[in-house]
Amino acid sequence: MATAGAARPGLVAALGELGVHAVTLVGDFALFAARAFAWLARRRPAPGTLLPSFYLVGVRSVPVIAVTGTFIGMVMAVQMFSQFNIMGLATRLGSMINITVVRELGPVLAATMLAGRVGSAMAAELATMKVTEQLDALACLGAHPIHHLVVPRLLACTLLIPLLTILADFMGIMGGALICTRIYGVEAHFYWQHAQSYVTMWDVSMGLTKSVFFGMAIALISCHRGMNSQAGAEGVGRAATESFVASFIAILVLDFFLGMFLINLHDYFLAPGQTRSLVH
Amino acid sequence: MSLAIPETPLIALDNVSITFGAHRVLADLTLAIPKGQTVAVVGESGCGKTVLLKLMIGLIKPTAGRILFDGRNLAELHDGELTRQRLRFGFLFQGAALFDSLTVYDNVAFGLREQRRLAESEIDRIVRGRLQEVGLPDDIDRKKPAELSGGMKKRVGLARALALDPEVMLYDEPTTGLDPIMSDVINELIVQTRHKHPVTSVVVTHDLKTVNKVADRVVMLYPLARLGPADAQILYDGPPAGCGAAPDPRVRQFVAGEARERLREAL
Repeated sequence: MATAGAARPGLVAALGELGVHAVTLVGDFALFAARAFAWLARRRPAPGTLLPSFYLVGVRSVPVIAVTGTFIGMVMAVQMFSQFNIMGLATRLGSMINITVVRELGPVLAATMLAGRVGSAMAAELATMKVTEQLDALACLGAHPIHHLVVPRLLACTLLIPLLTILADFMGIMGGALICTRIYGVEAHFYWQHAQSYVTMWDVSMGLTKSVFFGMAIALISCHRGMNSQAGAEGVGRAATESFVASFIAILVLDFFLGMFLINLHDYFLAPGQTRSLVH
Repeated sequence: MSLAIPETPLIALDNVSITFGAHRVLADLTLAIPKGQTVAVVGESGCGKTVLLKLMIGLIKPTAGRILFDGRNLAELHDGELTRQRLRFGFLFQGAALFDSLTVYDNVAFGLREQRRLAESEIDRIVRGRLQEVGLPDDIDRKKPAELSGGMKKRVGLARALALDPEVMLYDEPTTGLDPIMSDVINELIVQTRHKHPVTSVVVTHDLKTVNKVADRVVMLYPLARLGPADAQILYDGPPAGCGAAPDPRVRQFVAGEARERLREAL
């Protein structure tokens, strides 16, 4: 009894501390994001800051997103072929692979790659700048760190992720088609015909809309974690890891809610009463 | 022992306290620095010297008390005005804090490009003048900070800080990590800076050679953890020559650099 009595306040205190920490973190992040958007609206990015960010986020991400996009399409084809073939729906595989890629896997995969490759690097770079007092030096020279460092990264991630998503979509579609038509011998004409008739511009737009929010989340989370890093090499490493984990969770949570919102928007407002069937 | 404080100091700390989490670093600190004076702030590691510098330039805000610069309370200034006031300061950071991604030239030109609408030819003139002033060769301007030695980084940091013609120079341990000759070069540059530009200087250092060479006045801080609740955190405030004969044995111990009872604590 005595032990339980002694342990309970500790547990409550720890939970309370955790709660306070979580609320503080969320509040701090919300303020940080608001400041970033305020700077974005108030002043153009500092000269010479935009191009390096666009290069890092856009050009340097192309190979990894192309490779992962291709393989995810190929893997889907391998996993789905036997089931669809048993049902005699092998030519419909294109519809299934393509709709999954453009709506879900393309945007989520491109965002995950961006969070892992670019987000972690941004967090580590800003954390190193904090640890070596470069953020303080910026402020001393009259440059606001959010305007100078966060705004270009936010713009680069937000504007370029739709293009990266289009690349992931394209490579995924091509990967799936390659396996289905060249390896499993599905008739290419019917494969593409079904794929074309089933995937609409709305599906593509839905994926691209989600990707914009993913890009924003990745940039803001990574910059926030970097600029609030703890001291030392351990702090820098932790900032990079935390930025990826938090970005990945944010991508999945946003994907769920945005997906639900956009599907409802389509079903109730844009195309009421229309439902789609895989088999026409 | 204390110097006479003028009625309108350029920088004044009025009962300033600062706490990070549960850790109290500075408590009820009152200090006035008149225009043109060079003050050395000395003390053991962790006594809050760097925090004091960052408070003076408004990089961090005090938990209690006021910091007045030229009669204005920094805590009451909005962002734009605080930035304008900060530009009246130059800050030489402990590790120089040069921007890794920029060349030496672009580091020194950074503040000029950010704040002043100057022609590139005018920026070039200022940058080369400042690099020359701190004794750096012309061919260094295209190098990146990673290619420089510690002493060169400090000199580039000083050139960058001086590029905006500051009224106040803040030096955070300017000679730490440098060899004795390079330390003396930096000390000479601090003295020369004062002769060439009418600056007020605050030098945070452990190096008593620096104190004796550059300072008009020494302020010694003591870590709060070693003080009683009623003790003042400033143990000494006076001319450098008086440090060694200060009545407080803790000041004399610091000047002599003797471990004494602290060795047992360390063990």
